[in-house]
Amino acid sequence: MNGIHDMGGMHGMGPIERELDEPVFHHVWEGRVFALRRAMGAWRKWNIDVSRHEVERVPPADYLRMSYYERQLAAFVVLLVRHGFITREELECGQPAPRSAPAAAPALSGAQAAELIARGVPARRSASAAPRYHAGQRVRARNLNPPGHTREPRYVRGKLGLIDRNHGVFVFPDSNAHGLGEKPQHLYSVRFAARELWGDAAAAQDAVYVDLWDDHLEPA
Amino acid sequence: MRVKALESVLTANGLVDRAALDLLIDTYERRVGPRNGARVVARAWVDSAYKARLIEHADAAIAEFGFGGMQGEHMVVVENTANVHNLVVCTLCSCYPWPVLGLPPVWYKSAPYRSRAVIDPRGVLREFGLELGEEVEVRVWDSTAELRYLVLPERPAGTLAMSETELAALVTRDAMVGVARVTAPRENRQP
Repeated sequence: MNGIHDMGGMHGMGPIERELDEPVFHHVWEGRVFALRRAMGAWRKWNIDVSRHEVERVPPADYLRMSYYERQLAAFVVLLVRHGFITREELECGQPAPRSAPAAAPALSGAQAAELIARGVPARRSASAAPRYHAGQRVRARNLNPPGHTREPRYVRGKLGLIDRNHGVFVFPDSNAHGLGEKPQHLYSVRFAARELWGDAAAAQDAVYVDLWDDHLEPA
Repeated sequence: MRVKALESVLTANGLVDRAALDLLIDTYERRVGPRNGARVVARAWVDSAYKARLIEHADAAIAEFGFGGMQGEHMVVVENTANVHNLVVCTLCSCYPWPVLGLPPVWYKSAPYRSRAVIDPRGVLREFGLELGEEVEVRVWDSTAELRYLVLPERPAGTLAMSETELAALVTRDAMVGVARVTAPRENRQP
């Protein structure tokens, strides 16, 4: 979606504000949101792409006003309610409503959380799809404007680039975020000259590398 | 207060185990952070065979330290030289290599950094106090997939006598994101 999250190349966002000796979490609740999202993710009712897309769907004015963890919380609550893990009423009063059935299985345990941290959730797939492009090949980023989730940022669409390297076969977030399957395909680092993206004011030697999938590209 | 209510209900309904929450928070508050990445960088500076492995197969080379996992499943290391400066951003959200750098600082996730890093990297670097000449090529890596990028900064001059441990202490988070250089301790610098 052409949302506010896709902000590469925008102007007017102000200076970069840095904080010395910044804490990992600025408030206790931020850490709890961080951990709750991982723990609830273990129920596998949604994947990372669905979760990212839900953050993108936060209305633009709210998105810019909210802090990072406020956005994460807002998107998380939407997912929890959609999947019946909690109701708005329960959230209002902080008390669980009587349930007809208890949780289907034990929650993610401490030991399982440690394993999740250590292993992560790999997105590479062993599918042996043939790559459509090879390193050194000229490509064009397709001019796609899907209303749903995409990892192809607006600032590269229609632009010419060079395949820098092939990372292998990966889950395709643009379909995986919408229940349309993982559609595993080759993922590449594509080098775009800064001048191709931003015009002659950019330094001639500079470049931006963007990770794009087969479905984002066409031969040039 | 809303988060407390949320946690209470999810816990009461058996959907989350507080032991898992505490472990997740403790891991990223206390155990995983840029000191991990600094050890990887220092090793690459003193051991050219390690550096070659790191550039070629970053996951395996980083795993030699026992680092890896969540949000670092697929790593790429990009090397800064006298003529190439690399800078990492996630314009779409907040992707960042957790196992080697920990969780990202607020500025990395902020609209000003995300919007400008790709269109005006030299201006961003200037804001961080780094002025790059025309002889340097700036490469910005936008983390749009599950690849996570770590910058291997240049080893500063005047550090030949330093041990790997001493070198690791010089390496900063900002240098591994690419918004700073690593500098030698004052006493080692050439006049």
